[in-house]
Amino acid sequence: MNNQMNKTPMPQQEPNVRNKNFDEVALGYSREDAVNEAQRCLNCPQHPCVSGCPVNVRIPEFIAKVAEEDFDAAYEILTSTNSLPAICGRVCPQENQCEGKCVRGIKGEPVGVGRLERFVADYHRETVGHAGVEAVACNGRRVAIVGSGPAGLTCAGDLINLGYDVTVFEALHKEGGVLVYGIPEFRLPKSIVAYEIEGLAKKGVKFEHNVVIGKSLYIQDLLDDGFEAVFIGTGAGLPMFMNIEGENLVGVYSANEYLTRINLMKAYLDEYDTPIKKHEKVVIVGAGNVAMDAARCAKRMGAEVHVVYRRSREEMPARNEEIEHAEEEGIEFHLLNNPVRIIGDEKNQVTKVECVKMELGEPDASGRRSPIEIPGSEFTIDTDAVIMALGTRLNTLICNTTEGLEQTQKGGISVDEETGATSIEGIFAGGDAVTGAATVIKAMGAGKKAAAAMHEYLSK
Amino acid sequence: MHKIIYKKQLSDDMFWMEFEAPYVAAKAKPGQFIIFRVDEYGERVPITMADSNKEKGTITLIFQAVGRSTMLLSQLEVGEYVQDIAGPLGKPTDVEARKRVCIVGGGTGNALAYPIAAGFKAAGATVDMISGFRTSDLIVLKDEFESVANNYYLCTDDGSAGEKAFTTDKLKALIEAGNEYDEVITVGPPVMMKFVAKTTEPYGIPTIASLSALMIDGTGMCGGCRISYEGETKYVCVDGPEFDASKVDWDVLIARNAYYAEEEKEAREHICRLTGGTRHYE
Repeated sequence: MNNQMNKTPMPQQEPNVRNKNFDEVALGYSREDAVNEAQRCLNCPQHPCVSGCPVNVRIPEFIAKVAEEDFDAAYEILTSTNSLPAICGRVCPQENQCEGKCVRGIKGEPVGVGRLERFVADYHRETVGHAGVEAVACNGRRVAIVGSGPAGLTCAGDLINLGYDVTVFEALHKEGGVLVYGIPEFRLPKSIVAYEIEGLAKKGVKFEHNVVIGKSLYIQDLLDDGFEAVFIGTGAGLPMFMNIEGENLVGVYSANEYLTRINLMKAYLDEYDTPIKKHEKVVIVGAGNVAMDAARCAKRMGAEVHVVYRRSREEMPARNEEIEHAEEEGIEFHLLNNPVRIIGDEKNQVTKVECVKMELGEPDASGRRSPIEIPGSEFTIDTDAVIMALGTRLNTLICNTTEGLEQTQKGGISVDEETGATSIEGIFAGGDAVTGAATVIKAMGAGKKAAAAMHEYLSK
Repeated sequence: MHKIIYKKQLSDDMFWMEFEAPYVAAKAKPGQFIIFRVDEYGERVPITMADSNKEKGTITLIFQAVGRSTMLLSQLEVGEYVQDIAGPLGKPTDVEARKRVCIVGGGTGNALAYPIAAGFKAAGATVDMISGFRTSDLIVLKDEFESVANNYYLCTDDGSAGEKAFTTDKLKALIEAGNEYDEVITVGPPVMMKFVAKTTEPYGIPTIASLSALMIDGTGMCGGCRISYEGETKYVCVDGPEFDASKVDWDVLIARNAYYAEEEKEAREHICRLTGGTRHYE
């Protein structure tokens, strides 16, 4: 038992070094760090942390093994419910989930569950790797997974373990979904995503890329081809904009576009052809994880970066760690400000953003205090690029081409929350395609539930 | 990987290539596009298909080697492979229920106009085709258009072949001469399409433009291809590529498409200077 009040510090790159490179910011615990942190866990009888996890990782059990320095046993426990621990340990919003419920957090900081999860996964990858991973005996029954993001990969992982013949269809040229096109290298190295996908492939999961379901093939084609069940995990759709003047000016991006250029297309590396501008000054609108990712990428591309957000620090939806990292890296925050128009020059190139100051009023539907404009407080910020990070709408490609697939009011695929079953028998769905933009771990939770429900459906 | 099974050079920098792409060919319709990536380092480039063959499982692209990716593509030979082809993307041309249409193609746009012309013809419409080129060396698909169109009008800016006229002048002349069109469809440089829309406006003829825009995923994720359309934002990849030409804000489209012009120029020079045309593979 370790009475240390704070988490064992995470070794990381110095802010003024890392804001000029794309290498991973957090360097990971050493064995000693991990054991020390694991000893902070009380192994309390209620283990509230487990209920805070969308995939119910057996947290106190794996942490107990870390404390005993039996890292292989810790890995077995961890991966019994979580197929992507190296990813979750890096990108989960632990403060709202497992760590948010940790008893140690009442006085002092909670146990660093995410950091320990990452350590165990990284240790296993570096010491054991895929050695011993073999193709799972196949029961010959074919299932299709649409989309290779966190929901699809989790669903595929659980179904291959159950013996199904699993094929994953990916629209882009590379597997991983938001893990490769959205989340930057410095937060989630792409080699880790590739490693997880390689592990699934070794077990027998087949990957078909460049196949856009709803365009190249329809859901009905998959059923006609002999797939007995289908999971749709296509993620979110088109980026949202504010519907203000000047949003289609040259130099206004969605965060999706800016991040995809950098992460998927590797535009920041010389040997890749996709172009990216090296802006002097960039304004990011929004304060979620995607906004922080875009801001920190722009900083690494050499820009002076300003984040504009209409509410206050308390309401910022990004993970605490991302906000802190962004602040340390020299990104400037303009809170309680909202853009009202984007101004361009005669070449339709952005030159300024006009903002208005805001104050907080009564709580709105989201439970957060709603921002209200302060009349007459308009001011402008000079800039040569604006990146809108305001969330996404839902992609309708599959709904438009699948007769009988019911949608929610917001345009997502309508499902039974417990099973992911859609209005069509044998078709399941989960992740952002159902809920709209959410988190990696929630998508994984949905993929997991759906895999269990698909197994039950196919076992009838 | 997609094998190249046919290649023909149509002019100095225009190429005709047929690729194995069975998924795309099975569903492809006139007016739709694909995204290709020439190799691991390549950009994702959208191109409207010139043709597709379901039985053979192939698609045809006719393209001008003007950017780095299209230049690299043009250097591949029959039997070699292109890394990725994804599609068919975008909405197909609505060819139904038109009695008579006029299609206006400019430059490379003529290649993209060809399947549209063939599609209308197959759906039973009478097709007038105006094909415009800068000069006679650049003319492509003359024989193909002559066989598919009911009337084929060839124009060059310098008069070196066909009529010395801009496509918009020819279109206006045909309308003035009493030809009645249910619809005008235009594919070509945005500036030309802008003026086609201006030409038909006084006559109230519905006019459709097939747009190309900068794009990454092409499936409705990145939002890079957005256009201003009667004050609204639309996306070329999922709402298009065809739009009512009278509602498109052409100046915004032209400016957005030119955003990486400097980088493209540099990339082209880089190809020529360093590698004599091909990529260095270390």
